[in-house]
Amino acid sequence: MKMVTAIIKPFKLDDVKEALKGVGVVGITVTEAKGFGRQGGHTETYRGTEYQIEFVPKVKLEVVVDEPDVDRVVDAVVASAATGKIGDGKVWVTSVEAIVRIRTGEQGPDAV
Amino acid sequence: MIRKHFLRTLPSSHGPIRVPGKRRVTTHMENGDLAWVLISAALVCFMTPGLAFFYGGLDRSRNVLNMLMMNFWCLLVVPVLWVVVGYSLAQSGDGAFIGNLDNLFLDGIGIMEDNGGAIATVAFLGMFAAITPALISGAVADRMRFSAWALFAPLWVLLVFVPVFKWVYGGWLFDRGSVDFAGGTAIHVNAGIAALAAVSVLGKRKGWPGEGHPPHSMPLAMIGTGILWFGWFGFNAGSALAANGQAAQAFMNTFLAAAAAGLAWCLVERVRDGKFTNLGAASGIVAGLVAITPAAGFVSGMGPLAIGAAAGVACSFAVGLKTRFGYDDALDVVGVHFVGGLVGSVLIGFFANAAFFGEEGFGEKSLDGLLYGGSAELLLEQVVANLATIVYSGLVTLVIMVVLKAVMGVRVSEEIESTGLDLAEHAETAYHDTNA
Repeated sequence: MKMVTAIIKPFKLDDVKEALKGVGVVGITVTEAKGFGRQGGHTETYRGTEYQIEFVPKVKLEVVVDEPDVDRVVDAVVASAATGKIGDGKVWVTSVEAIVRIRTGEQGPDAV
Repeated sequence: MIRKHFLRTLPSSHGPIRVPGKRRVTTHMENGDLAWVLISAALVCFMTPGLAFFYGGLDRSRNVLNMLMMNFWCLLVVPVLWVVVGYSLAQSGDGAFIGNLDNLFLDGIGIMEDNGGAIATVAFLGMFAAITPALISGAVADRMRFSAWALFAPLWVLLVFVPVFKWVYGGWLFDRGSVDFAGGTAIHVNAGIAALAAVSVLGKRKGWPGEGHPPHSMPLAMIGTGILWFGWFGFNAGSALAANGQAAQAFMNTFLAAAAAGLAWCLVERVRDGKFTNLGAASGIVAGLVAITPAAGFVSGMGPLAIGAAAGVACSFAVGLKTRFGYDDALDVVGVHFVGGLVGSVLIGFFANAAFFGEEGFGEKSLDGLLYGGSAELLLEQVVANLATIVYSGLVTLVIMVVLKAVMGVRVSEEIESTGLDLAEHAETAYHDTNA
């Protein structure tokens, strides 16, 4: 099992959600996040004074999938979250050692 | 019978009683006048919450409740102080510098002989007394101990607001011939210079000016701005203390000057910084309201347009002075209230139009501005009144702050400054969202 974690632009959340549903993903965890990458922050101006806002609002998506589905899921996220402009975000994949569905006690791929 | 010195410009229709060598002594109000003054008093009462939301939105999310409480505190402590001793010291008697104790605890203020005019006036002016120290809270944001503020507010009202109010409305500045319709000198210049004095003792916030302190909620600040503007109609038009033509003109001036100043500030920002901003609009509106306050019942026609526009432009640049001179006036009380108040008060010397309001409404002294055929005397007196206020208010505020600092400390610890005053000073937090 793998966990696919994606940092995306907040306004792309709906597109990514639909794309993931389209490739058969049945559960997503979404967190509002802040951070910066190559995009850096942005500036805001209040009463003529510029403020550097270093941490930009982003959305963090987490999806646990069975190994054979990983590439499809990653491709779906990348295709649906891309605008081609700086700040589109990142996707990474990590290994998951164990997983349990709390209601039933199912374990492993059955619990995904 | 008590003597009312708040305004020298009451309408003659009520037959003011003139005592030789003294000012008006009647406080009688007809029913219509009384209704307007009572409504105006409620409008001014609403301004302090409006100011709280305006400042609260501009403040940081971890200190917003502290900011609201500093303002609401003024609505708790000042009315009590005002009816117990403040009003009497601020208005009673013929003293040039301070009133007397004749009306302590509202003593001698009935409702039968004057239809409630006197008690309505005491309440109306009490609202002004409450909001004036609240104005200072914007400067000391993010770092002042609440218990120090809790003492500062009433001490400042008693030692600074009350005497200056007396000077301007019935004391020596009044006698010299300066005018202040609804509190440009007595309230905004007074609170503005006090803000500067207070932060000079309090010191800069950690990280200022390097670290940014952008507003945490512009929507809250815009709501506050709307409430302030709404309430300001009572502040200015109510200061006619009558439902008459002067009140109507003051109402129009309040409307027009705020719009002109907001527009001016926005245009400056568009040219200078590239965008029209909400905060520019809000700051301009407030600057215009401040500037028209002293002039509201003395100017007409396009006078308020000029005063508003001048204040909008002047204040949009004045807010940059704090970084240049290194005083941490957190929410620009100096740049908006001090500078805006000065602009409006001094421009009376150019734009006052006595003939428009009827000669008898302006007391014994000349009240024609330079642009309306007046001499420079009025302008000079406006300058004198503001200088006197600046020197007195600045010095006494310094003393209050230095004493508070020595006795109890005025500043929160570095840790509290970093983690937020809401939790540390009030055991409350404004927002519970874990991602906030």
